[in-house]
Amino acid sequence: MNDVIEARAWVVGDSVDTDNMYPGFAMKLPLEEAAKHIFYDLRPGWTDQVEPGDIVIAGKNFGIGSSRPVAQLFKQLGVAALVAEEFNSLFLRNSINFGLPAVTIPGVTSTIADQDQVVLNVRTATIEKPADGTKLAGSPLPEFVLEIVAQGGLLPKLVADGYIPTDPGRVGRILGSPPAAGEQRPEA
Amino acid sequence: VGMTIIEKILARAAGRDQVEVGEFVVCAVDMTVLIDLQFATLWASPTRIADAERLAVIMDHAVPAPSVADADGGVRARAFVKQHGIKRFFDVGQHGICHQVIAENGLARPGEILTCTDSHTCAGGAYNTAARGLGPAEVYSVMCTGKTWFQVAPTFRYELVGEKPEGVTGKDIFLHIAGAYGDATNHNLEFGGPGLASVPMNDRRTIATQGAEISADFATFPVDEVCRAFLDARADRVYEPVDPDPDTAYESVREVDLASLEPYVARPGGVAHNAVPISQIEERPVNQCFIGSCANGQLEDLRIAADVLRGRKVAPGVRLIVTPASQAVYTEAIKAGYVEAIAESGAIVTNSTCGACFGYHMGVLGAGEVCLTASTRNFKGRMGSPDAEIYMASPYTVAASAIAGHVIDPRKVTV
Repeated sequence: MNDVIEARAWVVGDSVDTDNMYPGFAMKLPLEEAAKHIFYDLRPGWTDQVEPGDIVIAGKNFGIGSSRPVAQLFKQLGVAALVAEEFNSLFLRNSINFGLPAVTIPGVTSTIADQDQVVLNVRTATIEKPADGTKLAGSPLPEFVLEIVAQGGLLPKLVADGYIPTDPGRVGRILGSPPAAGEQRPEA
Repeated sequence: VGMTIIEKILARAAGRDQVEVGEFVVCAVDMTVLIDLQFATLWASPTRIADAERLAVIMDHAVPAPSVADADGGVRARAFVKQHGIKRFFDVGQHGICHQVIAENGLARPGEILTCTDSHTCAGGAYNTAARGLGPAEVYSVMCTGKTWFQVAPTFRYELVGEKPEGVTGKDIFLHIAGAYGDATNHNLEFGGPGLASVPMNDRRTIATQGAEISADFATFPVDEVCRAFLDARADRVYEPVDPDPDTAYESVREVDLASLEPYVARPGGVAHNAVPISQIEERPVNQCFIGSCANGQLEDLRIAADVLRGRKVAPGVRLIVTPASQAVYTEAIKAGYVEAIAESGAIVTNSTCGACFGYHMGVLGAGEVCLTASTRNFKGRMGSPDAEIYMASPYTVAASAIAGHVIDPRKVTV
């Protein structure tokens, strides 16, 4: 993970909940299809507009709701980071634990507008709008949490530590990619 | 400086004398619960786990399996518990919604830490447990390593005074709090005070469960005589209750006069600053009524439904779905005659599952429909179409409204 992300920002409002990002019906779909339903009601068509490397900026209480792994869907779309005025703690952890940076920066939605080009520093929790030089600082995550993000979330570390078997079919499923064709269920 | 209940539990689990707000601590987790969705969506059979005695596997969200993917998850779950010798396995038929099964089997213990892959794990706070939901990757990690980290959040203390009136439930107390104070993002909730004695355990669990709906981290209660009676019937070993210190510095202390409360209803879209006394709500006609979930599928919730519905009929054009929170609740409700009274009114009693509450199966809403629910969550689209409206109220209000055909004050429908 690079600490510094230069990106286009998509800005959403307060209390955007997990049902708006990973609705119940999408839980029945493979990840790559489920990812097409992020903001399905809030901002229809957004998943066709977002491009790999973009970031999402939200208001207060971002991600209130379920433990369903919304971060996996954002990663499917190539979203590079989430920034919010304030995160729901379950949603923040869930993002970090899947290797998606989640940075808290109060005031960000009144400073950054939809489609703005920004420079986000994940380590220092700062965001800058080069067009007018505006810069905002938030609260940095502690080093050990940044480390989890840097290694791609919790699962790669568990693989490295030998908790997760390394045969490709199983690792494929747990790391969120679709099972390989003809994958066996060795444990079944 | 004094500590809150949660601060004391986290300190103990981190091997510390004291923790302070804002600090990050690494804690040993006492009990971890895996649910069926984990095995269906994010699973590889681990090479080793931290402790089979500190793990439970509960089938709840998608049972009986409504899809091949969910059925495959069940296959993996059964193989896993066999391979690792997990004794606490609650398969379909011995199952229930995880937070109900946790309560019935004494898995949420005073002073301990409980984690589970469901956002309503804060339910365990009713039993003086530091319980919270974590994402599937983190629960998998806790299963492997036996520990995780927490950041100590500031605490809102709810001081309950007065006596809870008949007909006012834990749901109404929670909706009052959500309506009056709004979200508690990155804060803990702690309940106590002289009024607590009039709040039975099922209502405490409804309140703790719904802490997630105002975005709280933990929601905890002390162990009083009411709680002790509940725990002693289920605990398999000695437990150590945790009380807050008298000189604890809370973020704020909010007094709730239970005696002044009436039934509450939340309007569609969430509960924060969106719930009002029923005397202020519009009498909307309803298409579906639901009583169920970890919040309101308890035996007492089914008793309330049965008492309201006995000898009456669900209004034409209304579907009433009642989902017991566990197989144990279901069988108890049969023995007590609740299921008969509910079914004869024209309501559907389903098997235990999270089903309709999260819009997955067994009661999904269509576009344009209005639902009144006694379950956990009323986000837009939560129970099906985003063009459905979900009001939320107590089982008492939901059952009465199913008879009336519109949202109604249950006190107008005499039991």
